Amino acid sequence: MFPALGAACLGAAFLTAAYAGGAALAGTRDDRRFTDSARRAMYALAALLTVCVVCLEISFLNDDFSVELVADHSSTTTPTGYKLTAMWSSQAGSLLLWAWVLSLAGSGVLLATRNRLRELVPWATAVLAGLAVFFTGLMLFGILSPGADSFPFARLDPAPVEGVGLTPLLRHPAMAIHPPMLYSGYVLFAIPFAFAIAALVTRRIDAAWIRSTRRFALVAWLFLGTGILLGSFWSYNELGWGGYWGWDAVENASLMPWLVGTAFLHSVMVQEKRGMLRTWNVSLIVATFALCLLGTFLVRSGILESIHAFGVSKVGGPLLGLIAVVVVGSAALIVSRLDALRGERRIESLASREAVFLINNLLLVALAAVIFWGTFFPLISEALTGSERSVGPPFFNSVTTPLALVLVLFTGIGPLLAWRRVSAGRAWRLFWPPAAVALAAAAVLALVSDALSEPLALVLFTFAAFALAALAGELLRAASAQRALAGSGYAAAVGRVFARNRRRYGGYTVHAGLAILFIAVAASSSFQTSSDVRLRPGETASVGDFDVTYAEPSASIDTAEQRLTFGATLDVSRDGEEFAVLRPSRNFYSSATSEGVRGFFEGEATSEVGRRGGPGGDLWTAMRPDLAPLDDQIRGADERIARLVDRVAPAGAAPMEVARFRANLEGAAVQGLRERYLAEPPPVDFRVNYNPLVIWLWVGGAIAIGGGLVAIWPAPAARRRRVADVHAAKLARELGRA
Amino acid sequence: MTAPLRGAPPRDDGEDPRLGELEARKEAKYREIRDAELDHAQGKLSDADWRAADAELRAEAIEILAEIDGAERARSRS
Repeated sequence: MFPALGAACLGAAFLTAAYAGGAALAGTRDDRRFTDSARRAMYALAALLTVCVVCLEISFLNDDFSVELVADHSSTTTPTGYKLTAMWSSQAGSLLLWAWVLSLAGSGVLLATRNRLRELVPWATAVLAGLAVFFTGLMLFGILSPGADSFPFARLDPAPVEGVGLTPLLRHPAMAIHPPMLYSGYVLFAIPFAFAIAALVTRRIDAAWIRSTRRFALVAWLFLGTGILLGSFWSYNELGWGGYWGWDAVENASLMPWLVGTAFLHSVMVQEKRGMLRTWNVSLIVATFALCLLGTFLVRSGILESIHAFGVSKVGGPLLGLIAVVVVGSAALIVSRLDALRGERRIESLASREAVFLINNLLLVALAAVIFWGTFFPLISEALTGSERSVGPPFFNSVTTPLALVLVLFTGIGPLLAWRRVSAGRAWRLFWPPAAVALAAAAVLALVSDALSEPLALVLFTFAAFALAALAGELLRAASAQRALAGSGYAAAVGRVFARNRRRYGGYTVHAGLAILFIAVAASSSFQTSSDVRLRPGETASVGDFDVTYAEPSASIDTAEQRLTFGATLDVSRDGEEFAVLRPSRNFYSSATSEGVRGFFEGEATSEVGRRGGPGGDLWTAMRPDLAPLDDQIRGADERIARLVDRVAPAGAAPMEVARFRANLEGAAVQGLRERYLAEPPPVDFRVNYNPLVIWLWVGGAIAIGGGLVAIWPAPAARRRRVADVHAAKLARELGRA
Repeated sequence: MTAPLRGAPPRDDGEDPRLGELEARKEAKYREIRDAELDHAQGKLSDADWRAADAELRAEAIEILAEIDGAERARSRS
C-alpha cells in the first residue's frame, strides 16, 4: 500500500510542479491570483513529496523488499537508524531527497515573500517550479527507463526474502548525516539563484533580491560546509587511508560551490552597502548553483571515478542538459542586462573593506577554478589527446596552497578595514598590533619547533596568527566601546557586541574558525609522521617518536551484521613510557554478490581505526591483515560446503531450507577462521600516522558553523523596533533641521 | 490553489508590497548607519570621513522614510 501511495503522490507532485510553473508564468502578467495559486501549489508539492518520503521510509522500516530500493539498500539485520538513512545511499532516494528539500525551501521562501517583491516572486516561483518539474520528472523517467534507477518506488516481483543490506562503508553516524547536509546545501542555493534570475528578467537589479534570500544562501553555505566537514571526519575515521581529504572528484565537487558561495556571501554585502558588483553577484550565484548541479551530476553520472559516486547511470545525461540550460540561459540573460547591471559607485580606495572583499572573491574563485581544472583534467586530456590522465593530490596541493595562504591573510585584513576608505595613519594603527603578534608567533615557532623546515606552513601559521590577533583585537575594541557605554564587565560587553551586530561578529567568528581550520590542515599535512609497518604479534616498530608493539590479535563475529572482524591490540610508548593502547580492526562482510566464505573477503571491507587524540596531535592506526595464510582454509571450507549441500540437500528441497543449511555451514566455517586467526595470527600491515593538531580541523569547523548560526539568527523584533525608533527619531530631527 | 481556475476575484489584503520592500531597505540603511558608527568608535574612520559617510547615509535613510510616508498615506487614502 505505501509504495503504491508513494508512487501516486510522486506522479501528483510532478503535475503539481508543472501547474505551479504555469501559474507562476501567468502571474508574471501582474495577475496576483495566479501568483498566489502558484505559491499554494508549491506548498502542495511540499506536502506530496513529504508523503513520498514518509512512504519510502515506512517501506524501509517494514523491510518491504518488494520495493527494489529497499531490497538493494537494506536488510532485516540493518539497524533501524540506518534503515531510516538508507534512502539517500541510493540514486533514486537521493533524487527524492533533492526534490523534497527543494519543495520545502521553495515553500519557505515563498511564504516569507508572499507580500513582498511582487514583480520578482512569480519569476522566482517559475524557476523553482521548473527545477521541481525536472527532478520529479527525472524520478518518473525511471519507470520508462528501468536502467535509470531513478524511480524510488520500483517494485520487484517476486520480492526477495532478504535485502542486500546497506553498504558497509556507509554504516557510520557521519555518513547518515553527511548526504542530506550536502544535498540541502546544493538545493538551498537554488533559492538565491531563482531570485537572481527573477531580478534579471524584471530588471529589478537592486539589492532587494539579495536581502530576501541572504539567509537562504547562508543556510545553504552552512549545510554544505557541515556536509564537507562530516565527510572529512568520516574519511579520517572509516576509510583507513589515513587522511581526511583526498582531492577525490566528488569531494572537489562539493568544495567548489562552497568556495564560490563563500565569495557570493561576501560580495553581496558590497552590493547591499555600496550598490557595486551587481554583474559579479548574479554571475557568482549562477556559478554557485551550476556547480551544485555539477556536484549532483558527478555523483550520479559515473563520469569520473570516485569512491563516493553511485556508479554509471542514465540520469547523468539529463542532469548535464539541465546544467547547460542553467549556464547558457543565465549567461545570455546577464549579457542582455549589462546596461541595468552597471553599478552606482566605484571603489574609492584599495584600503577599504569592499576592495578587500573583491580580492578575497578573486582568490576564492581562482581556488574553485584550479580545483575545477584538476577535477576535470581526465576528461579534458581524453578529449585533447585521446588518453585519460588524471592529476593527483600533488597537483592540487601545489596550486591551492599559495592561494589558500593569501586567503588566510585576508580573513584578518578584511575585518580591520572600514567601508569606503581608511587613511594610511589609521590603517597603520589598526594593522601593527596583529602584525606584531604574527611576527612574534613566527619567531617563536622558528625557534622552538621545526617549522622552518616547512616554509609554506610557517607562512600559513604567521598569516593565521595575524588573522586571529586581528579578530581578537576587533572584538576587544568593540567590547571596550560597549563597556564605556554601558559600564559593565567584559563578558557582558562581548555578549552585547554579538547581540547588537550578529551579522558582523558572527562573520568574524566564522573567519576565526577557518583560520584555526587552516592551521590544523597545514600542521597535519606538513608535519605528519607516517609509516607502514608489517608486524607479527610481539614485534615492535619505531614510528617517529613512538615505539609500536603488536601485543595480540583479536577476532570476533557479529551475526546480526554478518561481519567478521580481525583486530589487533597495539601497545604504544613514547620515550620509554606507556603512551596509549590502540585497537584498530578490519571488518569483512558477507557478500551479496559472491557466495561462500570467500565472499567475506571479496566484498567491501571497512576499517575501524585506533586513535589516541588530543589537542597536540592524533596518533592514528589502521590495519590490513595478510589473509594469504588463511587462503587454504577458506578454499577448503567452500569446497566442503558445496559437497555437503549437494549431498544433503535432495533435489526438490525448498530453496529457503537449502539456503539456511548453507548459511549454517558457512557460519561454522567463519567461526573456524576466527579461531585459526587467534591461534596462528598472520602478519599484519599497519599504517601508523601521527597528525599534529588535526583535531583542530573539526574544532575550527565547528566554530565556523557556530559563527554562521550567529550571523543567521535574526535580532529580536523588539530590539529591531527600538533601534529603528531611535534612528527614526534622530533622522526626524535631521529632517526638521534640513 | 484553484482560485484562478474557478474564476475567483483577486484577493485584496490591503497590503502594499512596496511598503514591505521599503521597510527592508530602511532596516538595511539603519544597519549601515550603525556599522559606520561602530567603525568610527573603533578608530577605523576619521571624524571627517565618518561625518561625510554618516551624512550621506542619513540623507538616503531620510529619502526612504519619506517614501514610506508616501506609501502609507496612499494606503490610508485607499
